[in-house]
Amino acid sequence: MDITTQKPAAPPAPGPAAPEDKRAARGATRPGDRIFLGLSRGSGIFVLVLMAAIAAFLTYRASLAISKDEANFFTSFEWNPTGVPPEFGIAVLAFGTIVSSIIAMVIAVPISVGIALFITHYAPRRLGGTVAYVIDLLAAVPSIVYGLWGAIVLVPHMDGLYGWLDDYLGWTGVFAWEGGPARSLLTVGILLALMILPIITNVSREVFRQVPRMHEEAALALGATRWEVIRMSVLPFGRSGVISASMLGLGRALGETMAVAMVLSPSFDISASLLDAGGGTFAQNIASKFNEATVMGQDALIASGMVLFVITLLVNGAARLIIARRKEYSGANA
Amino acid sequence: MSHATLSPKRSSLRGATLPKWFAWAVAAGSLALGYGISAAAGLHSDIQWALIAAVLFVVGSYAVSAKVEGGRQARDRTATSLVWVAFLLAVTPLASLLWETAERGVKVLDGYFLTHSMGVVADAEPGGGIYHALLGTLEQVGLASLISVPVGVLTAIYLVEYGRGKLARAVTFFVDVMTGIPSIVAGLFILSLWVLILKMGPSGFAGSLALSILMIPVVVRSTEEMLKLVPNELREASLALGVPKWRTILKVVLPTSIGGIITGIMLAIARITGETAPVLLLVWGTDFINANPFQDPQESLPMYIYLQFGAGSDPAYDRAWAAALTLIAFIMILNLAARGIARWKAPKTGR
Amino acid sequence: MAKRIDVSGLNAYYGSFLAIEDISMTVEPRSVTAFIGPSGCGKSTFLRTLNRMHEVTPGGRVEGKVMLDDENLYGAGIDPVAVRREVGMVFQRPNPFPTMSVYDNVAAGLRLNGKYKKSQLDDVVEKSLRGANLWNEVKDRLNKPGSGLSGGQQQRLCIARAIAVEPNVLLMDEPCSALDPISTLAIEDLIGELKERFTIVIVTHNMQQAARVSDRTAFFNLAAVGQPGKLIEIDDTERIFSNPSVQATEDYISGRFG
Repeated sequence: MDITTQKPAAPPAPGPAAPEDKRAARGATRPGDRIFLGLSRGSGIFVLVLMAAIAAFLTYRASLAISKDEANFFTSFEWNPTGVPPEFGIAVLAFGTIVSSIIAMVIAVPISVGIALFITHYAPRRLGGTVAYVIDLLAAVPSIVYGLWGAIVLVPHMDGLYGWLDDYLGWTGVFAWEGGPARSLLTVGILLALMILPIITNVSREVFRQVPRMHEEAALALGATRWEVIRMSVLPFGRSGVISASMLGLGRALGETMAVAMVLSPSFDISASLLDAGGGTFAQNIASKFNEATVMGQDALIASGMVLFVITLLVNGAARLIIARRKEYSGANA
Repeated sequence: MSHATLSPKRSSLRGATLPKWFAWAVAAGSLALGYGISAAAGLHSDIQWALIAAVLFVVGSYAVSAKVEGGRQARDRTATSLVWVAFLLAVTPLASLLWETAERGVKVLDGYFLTHSMGVVADAEPGGGIYHALLGTLEQVGLASLISVPVGVLTAIYLVEYGRGKLARAVTFFVDVMTGIPSIVAGLFILSLWVLILKMGPSGFAGSLALSILMIPVVVRSTEEMLKLVPNELREASLALGVPKWRTILKVVLPTSIGGIITGIMLAIARITGETAPVLLLVWGTDFINANPFQDPQESLPMYIYLQFGAGSDPAYDRAWAAALTLIAFIMILNLAARGIARWKAPKTGR
Repeated sequence: MAKRIDVSGLNAYYGSFLAIEDISMTVEPRSVTAFIGPSGCGKSTFLRTLNRMHEVTPGGRVEGKVMLDDENLYGAGIDPVAVRREVGMVFQRPNPFPTMSVYDNVAAGLRLNGKYKKSQLDDVVEKSLRGANLWNEVKDRLNKPGSGLSGGQQQRLCIARAIAVEPNVLLMDEPCSALDPISTLAIEDLIGELKERFTIVIVTHNMQQAARVSDRTAFFNLAAVGQPGKLIEIDDTERIFSNPSVQATEDYISGRFG
């Protein structure tokens, strides 16, 4: 497995006449190599230890909190870890996190695929190149700036849309709106969609660009329109790439902290309406509750962070599984 | 259709095609109509009339095209209009984001702003600056890079040059896992270790540790990619000359891929520069200049934006936008420089 | 059903680069016409101008006339999509749709053109696969992915896919260059059968192949690298290979260059 143990049975040194041979045969154990291997392997091990430590510490502190929790950690709507007795649960946070991420995905995935197709197959070449470049740079804009823009610019602009949704779809309950600032899960979802859009677009664009020319020409030569070419050869080829890109985006949406904390007006309850202010997400709750938290409060937050960690792990793992299973059908071997 | 020959009408190669300006005409028409409807219905929101116009555009071009050109062409046109609508739908808010930041940011962004701290400036007063935040960001990001770059690059070297077997597979797997850690969880981890177990207070260095957790996997991944691009012939050529492996790596492999590695590192730095959540938990932020990253709260640029936003007054908002503009500019410059280096020092493989 | 192609004064560009210059020729219906010539002489480019595939390459542009019977492919109001339905194409490397089954590959072109009953589709798929001499080999695995076939089978699958929509003309761009000799033989036999129904134009690097399968042969050449390719002569295959009227053709065929 490693180089140092592969030391060949050192040939009996034929005496001082052949120092060259001896050096070559023992190449792997010379000090320089040993130090270098040690350093690089040490770094690898450090990464492992770090991950193990993260898991261990988080589990330890989380278990401290959960063991004192008098309410059901998964189903309780309370967040009162410093009360007597302490009662807290993640139901509201899980709901808010999942709902806002789903909204973000529903909006961002189709639009991202659209923009990626726009760049690779529809736009005039120069425009496509420029758009690709700008979207690439937008992926680097920090979430705090999205949060600032969302809270100050986007929220007031949502009023009209909210009123509309309330007028026409309010009867569903999901889109009912009591008025008040649009600092709700829907706005958060829309903002998250904007944040993950550049990531999903970039990856999808790369995948669409790699579609072998000959697959597209096969469709063209059959007399397919541009859309039919895309449906017959581009989308099937790119499907796994788009899925993994979406999972990447989902991972970011789930863990997003600052943008949510700045836009959402949180409350600890679940409302049927997506338009009314309230709700919360794991990350946002940690950021906003952290300041006033005592040690017990921090442990409770760590416990919720642990759940977030596990969810993101599952999402990333699922992404990898999907990609691995899709590979055989993707035609990437062509 | 009694006989099984499936020849559709093959009378002509000419389909009825709509002229090139058709799409533009429909677009202009639906914009006007969308605006008209909104004005008539008394809708104030630009989001609303843009949505109305978008729907009118897609439906309108489909309807006309289906009538004149037939179903397949109409579906093709619908796809085209949907793609354009998607593009516009996304680009408008993103352009607004950049535009608002630039427009509102330049208001107070000047030499004074860059060279003064918030000191004794009250939230609602104008004045003050981001000097302390710049200082904090540079120190925290610098320290994080000092930790992450050696660890990350060496780990990548281990994986590409030495790694076989279980250990390497485990490291690869956990680097994958680390890439997905939300920044707030990284912050929580250092918090539980540093503050709750070691009983240390908030400091810039604690923030750097959390930033390192976010930075290491990015550096490992990008360095790995770059090292894999180095052709094996180069390594073998050097080894065949009797150069020991570590010197081969240092003198042949790394110099060949150094451009890409630096690019990856700069992109990783750009990424952690904008991180707020770990700083919020571990560095706390302050209005005063604190040049010592190992003791007491420090400020950082993203943290400054958050605090000014939280202050909630108009002058504070102005400062937040100016700081946001500075932050974006900083990150964009890093990105552009990284791309420049990547292009300039592209590894000379094959071909 | 097979149609005559009549090309006059055709230039094709890549951006500002003139790739082929001033080509005029007639391709008779129900015959096989082979294009030969050294690499880079523009024979593939010319082939792709015959079903308006050239213009899908970025910067690709065409001047001149291509008459398909009495309709100019480059005339005003001509729909390139409709052209490609009339003029089918088989490519150098077999390119079945990797995500589709054998059956779906053959049916792909028909499904584009409207709805058909399952039984009608079944008929056409069988007829096309039989036409491509592939039916017996794949009839038990119609629902397996097309990319699982051998190279030669894949190429015949692509031919079946092209003839399923009953085009007037079939263009083949070096259809055997990626195949082994036995598969090549199978395709050559197939070309002989297909010419009963279609006008066939084939680009080939292999002069023996041109001599074996074609009725007429066109020789393309270019003065130098960077110069546009030109049609040197087109004549009955027998004449081209025994007694060409241009010296350059004879030099090329006898292996003195190219």
